[in-house]
Amino acid sequence: MEKLLLSGNEAIALGAYEAGVTVGTGYPGTPSSEILEALTSYPDVYTEWSVNEKVAFEVALGAVLCGARTLVTMKHVGLNVAADPLFTSSYTGIKGGLVVVTADDPQIHSSQNEQDNRNYAVAAKIPMLEPADSQEAKDFTRLAFALSEQYDTPVLLRSTTRISHSMTVVAKDETPDRSHKAEGFERDRQKYVMIPAHALVRHSIVEQRMQKIAQDCNTLGINRMEPADPRIGIITSGISYTYVKEVLPKASVLKLGMVYPLPEQLIRKFAEHVAKLIIVEELDPFFELRIKAMGFTVQGKQYLPLVGELSPDIIRCGLKEIVPHDLFAQGGSASAQKLSTSYTPPPRPPSLCPGCPHRTTFSILNKLDVIVTGDIGCYTLGVLPPFSAMDTCVEMGGSIGMVQGIEAALGSRYTHNAVAVIGDSTFAHSGVTGLINAAYNKRHSLIIVLDNETTAMTGMQPNPLSGERINKEATVKLNYLKLAEAVGIKAENVHIVAAHARAEVENAITSSLKKQELSLIVVQGPCIILKRKRKKA
Amino acid sequence: MNQKIYNILMVGVGGQGIITASDILTLAALIHGCDAKKSEIHGMSQRGGSVFSHVRFGGKVYSPVIAQGEADILLSLEEMETLRWLSYANNKSLVVVCRTRIKPPMVDNYPQGLEQELKKVCPNLLLVEPGMLSEQIASDKFFNVALLGFIAPLLPLSVKAWEEAVRATVPAGFLAQNLNAFKQGSIFYHSIKKEVNS
Repeated sequence: MEKLLLSGNEAIALGAYEAGVTVGTGYPGTPSSEILEALTSYPDVYTEWSVNEKVAFEVALGAVLCGARTLVTMKHVGLNVAADPLFTSSYTGIKGGLVVVTADDPQIHSSQNEQDNRNYAVAAKIPMLEPADSQEAKDFTRLAFALSEQYDTPVLLRSTTRISHSMTVVAKDETPDRSHKAEGFERDRQKYVMIPAHALVRHSIVEQRMQKIAQDCNTLGINRMEPADPRIGIITSGISYTYVKEVLPKASVLKLGMVYPLPEQLIRKFAEHVAKLIIVEELDPFFELRIKAMGFTVQGKQYLPLVGELSPDIIRCGLKEIVPHDLFAQGGSASAQKLSTSYTPPPRPPSLCPGCPHRTTFSILNKLDVIVTGDIGCYTLGVLPPFSAMDTCVEMGGSIGMVQGIEAALGSRYTHNAVAVIGDSTFAHSGVTGLINAAYNKRHSLIIVLDNETTAMTGMQPNPLSGERINKEATVKLNYLKLAEAVGIKAENVHIVAAHARAEVENAITSSLKKQELSLIVVQGPCIILKRKRKKA
Repeated sequence: MNQKIYNILMVGVGGQGIITASDILTLAALIHGCDAKKSEIHGMSQRGGSVFSHVRFGGKVYSPVIAQGEADILLSLEEMETLRWLSYANNKSLVVVCRTRIKPPMVDNYPQGLEQELKKVCPNLLLVEPGMLSEQIASDKFFNVALLGFIAPLLPLSVKAWEEAVRATVPAGFLAQNLNAFKQGSIFYHSIKKEVNS
């Protein structure tokens, strides 16, 4: 069997391909973006960057109702956007397997929050698997498709940044299952049309299904007891499992591959084998609360942090009071001394690249000293010196709604000193609805789109403003002028200016602020990294 | 292959070729027959920021992350970054520092006195000059691979595994230059080996 070195993301794509996936959708977001890019490289799979995660989910759901095995990918906060179809897809069920990847970002390496998406599995009543390395990422993806079809449910696959971006060894399957074909849409209105009468019936089915899975997962192979020293039993999953194995190689371990629902009988069996139960999990006390509710005495977040990633060092330090000393690995450095220095190097915070087209706009906004509602992307770095030209950043598309709220709150006292700044991909993702809202509700906002022709932060994915699809195929480009006109913005209040023409950008901003009418400025200039890439190609 | 796990931490600044170098090392370990894992972070934190890559190989590897004080080799492509990641090394680790200095954006001048600090805190320190191989290698952009060649004699991986890994990782058009850089790095290591052993 061929052995490959794959990132968790590449392994998920390979697993999906081996499982017979024919449709893949998603919206880019660190740390999930490489999954769909990898899937695009396989033959006979339709892939798309959808306009946002909600649409990606809906396209996926339509595809699975035709029987196509479908993968949909997003980062943790992306699942917030797709939550609406997620919850009701639990009711409709599927026909072809549907696997929903949520790539969480403990430590907030590249996100706006640190939410633990295991909570979605509970709230949406959908089973969730969590791999601990790339081999499991591939295997669990295949298993997730099988479970999806077996139980007629979407299945959530949770990755984290450490799993998605670590490279580990994967054995490639010589015989992928590529025979599966979408049979086509078959009417089943009681199942797919969620009017109250149908939905209530489906809810009962969902509850029965979850009870069945909760029963069956006691014997599911990926929930695995590793009995060893009976003094300590660790219950863990995902990347935390790998740290536990390094730090406490002699402790008994219950490794949960399915993180929801939990295998109560298996946990009971494990608890009987050990004197003390400890839960090692990143972020929320998710297992801890549920296992406590089953009536067990466990220790966990009292000793381990709620915030940030875990690490071998954090686990070693956190558990030293409650785990016998002889269970800890001595490590190669047992006889060595960790090096230390009293010198603290100055930080290297991320910053807008030299030559970045966004620099002009932020330097002007800094000079004008206006309130800037910002958005999600590289350009969020406009908050940092020397620009210091951003005052809010909450979620995708939030800039355009929030700038309207500032005006709404102040009413006649509003001094037209606030602007919304949003990138091209983010604008297509969920800025357009905010723009419609501004026109409809007679706001006087100035909205600036920083268009660098790509989704730069996540690695240069094309979007509806790029004129290109995920597979480089040419396609239509959203037309700002016609969009603004259709929304109801006066033609003279729409300016499309080149990012390098500083005077023009400045003039457009100052004149729009002075005019005090709803205005749209599009500042265009290709991302400097994209420009270099194009030159090379 | 014995069960020893080798822990190599590579650090530097974005654009120095750390990810490529750690790709090659991890792949060479796999080709040689080891279990291997590597961990790094991409995304916002890396726009012009500090870059690191943990590589672990040998017998069964669980964590892709090196624990503090456990690195066998800390390979740093930037002087100041060595000190940022120093706690991953111990008094037996080899600390290889390329004396490239890249000024962080927030300070006016590159901090002084770091070389003395490195000499003070690292018992097994090897300082190399960024231009040390400029006569032998085609361009400084292959320097990352030369540094891999430099640490290769310290690792139990075959020349064939290294070469295959370089071939699979670098663009075909630059294969010869990369292989040469790797070789020159190893030659350079052997030329100063006495220093390392003493």
